[in-house]
Amino acid sequence: MAEPKIKYDRQLRIWGDQGQAALEKASICLLNCGPTGSETLKNLVLGGIGSITVVDGTKVEVGDLGNNFMVDESCVGQSKAKCVCAFLQELNDAVKAKFIEEYPEALIETNPSFFSQFTLVVATQLVEESMVKLDRICREANVMLLFARSYGLAGFVRISVKEHAVVESKPDHMWDVIGLNNPWPELRSFAESIDLDTAEPVTHKHIPFVIILIKLVEEWTKSHGGRLPSTSNEKQEFKGLIKARMISTDEENYKEAVQNASKVFTPRGISSELQTIINDGSSEVDSGSSDFWVMVAALKEFIANEGDGETPLEGSIPDMASSTELYVNLQRVYQAKAEADFLVMERRVRDILKRIGRDPYSITKTNIKNFCKNARKLRICRYRTIEEEFNTPAQAEIQKLLIDEDYCFAAGFYILLRAADRFAANFNCFPGQFDGGLDEDISRLKTIAVGLLNDLGCNGSNLIEDLVNEIVRYGAAELHAVSAFIGGVASQEVIKLITRQFVPMTGTFIFNGIDHKSQILRL
Amino acid sequence: MAETSAQLSRSRDLDKLLLRPGPLVDSSFEPGPDLRDDLKEYVKVLVVGAGGLGCELLKDLALSGFRNLEVIDMDRIEVSNLNRQFLFRLEDVGKPKAEVAAKRVMERISGVDIKHHFCRIEDKPIDFYSDFNIIVLGLDSAEARSYINAVACGFLEYDDDDNPQPQTIKPMVDGGTEGFKGHVRVIVPGVTPCFECTIWLFPVQVKFPLCTLAETPRNAAHCIEYAHLIKWDEVHSGKTFDPDNPEHMQWVYQEALKRAELFGITGVTYSFTQGVVKNIIPAIASTNAIISAACALETLKIVTGCSKTLSNYLMYNGADGLHTKVTDLMKSSDCLVCGPGILIELETSVTLRKFMDMLEDHPKLHLTRVSVTYRGKNLYMQAPPVLEEMTRPNLELPLFDLMSKTRKDIIHVNGMAGEGDKKQSCLRKLRIVFKGIDGVTDVDMAGGA
Repeated sequence: MAEPKIKYDRQLRIWGDQGQAALEKASICLLNCGPTGSETLKNLVLGGIGSITVVDGTKVEVGDLGNNFMVDESCVGQSKAKCVCAFLQELNDAVKAKFIEEYPEALIETNPSFFSQFTLVVATQLVEESMVKLDRICREANVMLLFARSYGLAGFVRISVKEHAVVESKPDHMWDVIGLNNPWPELRSFAESIDLDTAEPVTHKHIPFVIILIKLVEEWTKSHGGRLPSTSNEKQEFKGLIKARMISTDEENYKEAVQNASKVFTPRGISSELQTIINDGSSEVDSGSSDFWVMVAALKEFIANEGDGETPLEGSIPDMASSTELYVNLQRVYQAKAEADFLVMERRVRDILKRIGRDPYSITKTNIKNFCKNARKLRICRYRTIEEEFNTPAQAEIQKLLIDEDYCFAAGFYILLRAADRFAANFNCFPGQFDGGLDEDISRLKTIAVGLLNDLGCNGSNLIEDLVNEIVRYGAAELHAVSAFIGGVASQEVIKLITRQFVPMTGTFIFNGIDHKSQILRL
Repeated sequence: MAETSAQLSRSRDLDKLLLRPGPLVDSSFEPGPDLRDDLKEYVKVLVVGAGGLGCELLKDLALSGFRNLEVIDMDRIEVSNLNRQFLFRLEDVGKPKAEVAAKRVMERISGVDIKHHFCRIEDKPIDFYSDFNIIVLGLDSAEARSYINAVACGFLEYDDDDNPQPQTIKPMVDGGTEGFKGHVRVIVPGVTPCFECTIWLFPVQVKFPLCTLAETPRNAAHCIEYAHLIKWDEVHSGKTFDPDNPEHMQWVYQEALKRAELFGITGVTYSFTQGVVKNIIPAIASTNAIISAACALETLKIVTGCSKTLSNYLMYNGADGLHTKVTDLMKSSDCLVCGPGILIELETSVTLRKFMDMLEDHPKLHLTRVSVTYRGKNLYMQAPPVLEEMTRPNLELPLFDLMSKTRKDIIHVNGMAGEGDKKQSCLRKLRIVFKGIDGVTDVDMAGGA
């Protein structure tokens, strides 16, 4: 294949060579290749996923030509899995594409070990009963699982993984200038080497704001008994102190100092989110712990000891008004501290590995360094099993949303998609699937939905009256545009799960194609 | 007979939505086979852009019951498109995007007709755009959006009470992506805010001050922009930098590297150089799929009324969890583009030249290098030279005569607005009213006087 670097350039700028390597190693199994499943895979194949296995037992019908781009007239009567697989292969010859002509339900029943060979299973258009069974199989085999469903103008995407740890969560704005109110010795002496009161205007406007703040904080604390500005009056006063040092109105560095003054007031320490992670039971590590939790255990020790309540420094600083020399030197001071912190972390990781009986070098330097760089941004996502969700859903969450002006449709769709599955289990077809007897289907579905709401301990039957009609109108149609949306969301989540970069959705995404007020339900 | 049933079942899924009544639909919705057939027969959709969004849009629209599509794009296929623009293959590199995209979709979906236009959007006469029921935008620049928006809003006419006349409304659906994020918006000119009403949604691109580049570079991007914007011109007098020329890019990279070493700065790579110089926006297949699908769905809903429509801006962010948000943006009542137009009262004796001078001094317009069109006819064109020469004699004629002695009408002017190097081309709608003429003008009399 020609020039993969150039071909993947626009995505390498997002997830880098490491993310790409993870994708190229991954093997994905797709269950059912209607438009929802086909579109999910299309987006992954284009990005260079390692291998795909398409599982579908149906033959292509004329009706499929109207909603699935991967099949055409020549496919009618042939295996849908085979036809979709052939088209997907055409998109990217670097991907290994296979198909199995088999009904997913049959595989789930008769051959559960089949699923253990994959990195991740994308299960589309499955009904509740199969979802529960497949979920159990994949959890046991430690295979990531993602459900996607399109149903008329509704749909959902749900991740099911026991635990997903993210080191590179890559938040948009997470740069904080550390050390402003508590500079380490090297930063302090660097700041001391610079004279804020220089008479030379060009020099004056090229002192980085970090230095300005460090020096002015020190001035402030000296005259305030060692305290930082805390009341809003004091904060204003501190900002006034900065402005008073300007010698001309166009000094960008002083403007930046004022803008960043709030960082001086922020209490030290780690975020509550990170606190939760280091307090997690998994940070008590043993020989069965993952690399991630071993590093968390080391981080916990670091924060309690060398870090003095803080994480290792990441070592980069943002651009700021400054002379080249001062900026480059300041950057070196931060990098040196980050390197020193890393060495401490590395020693702690190696000690812990030794303690739990693992090879002390089984975690690479690169991984530890990467972990240190991202220590403040670690994320853990955990997902309940489908069975747990179905048996004991978050009743309060559903009830709250059922009466929410904006999100009652999303909550209603959640109830009704489950009700439609119960309908199908009872009557062997989905409500409104065939043109006759729509009114009867409406009243049957309504009865089931009311029953389901009662089972869940929720109340909202009158609110979903219109939605019952809508769901029956949809008649389980898999509309292309909705499928492409759901498939797009599903593939985006698969990429986040496999690259272990960015943060996957943390609930059930309910698509509302009526007015796009979709919602994540935490069930 | 077999043919008919095959046709019917091809729209098996879509029929549920278009043939059955429902409670949560638009008041205009008339479900039935006629609706489905009219969609095929009579509705024309223009897709602007055949890139990441455009490829998806053509597929999505063709599988949403639309049969008459056109696509316009000025670009040719590049290798770096192939990670997301799924209608293109390696062997298509170098061919026009619009042509290949149209061909691929027609090959797979029988009955769909897609006309392609391999040109700039500005190259098409305004009339071209009036031919479509709805325009779907898959673009990556604010300028191009602004242009199409102005064209579509230009068709809008207001009645005497300043209410938009429904038959002149040209709706647009606009999508955009960057990395894991994207947006969809529905623009119904005169009813919902147009692109110009909410131009603040698009952040101004940050440019480094030249003095930073020249005197105090601090990071890799500064070194690259120094090589690109300053050093290139110093060394290559008169030769324009071409970002698509690999030799030029290599030169900038090497110079940036030298400068970075000189100042002790790290991080200059070839890939980063390309990113900075070409302002590359990261793009992936999944986000384009999501945003295009929502655009196609809204297009179907606007045209058929088969459900409510997005009101009117959807934000999608998949970078940190998954967040979607719908915002009802507000219309700006004195918008120059979608509003009723700037009222200009004139004496019947004012010549076209005098009128154009007035536009330059007009406090809300400040337009220079003006071209003027009236009801699709060019009154004066700055370019190309042949048109300029042809229309030059009009300059000395009274505008009133050029407008067929109509007391009150809309004209469109195109020119440069803004100051200094921030000048950009813009299209404006003006409501011209001639003074001293009765509501019922006797055209012959006026002409004879």
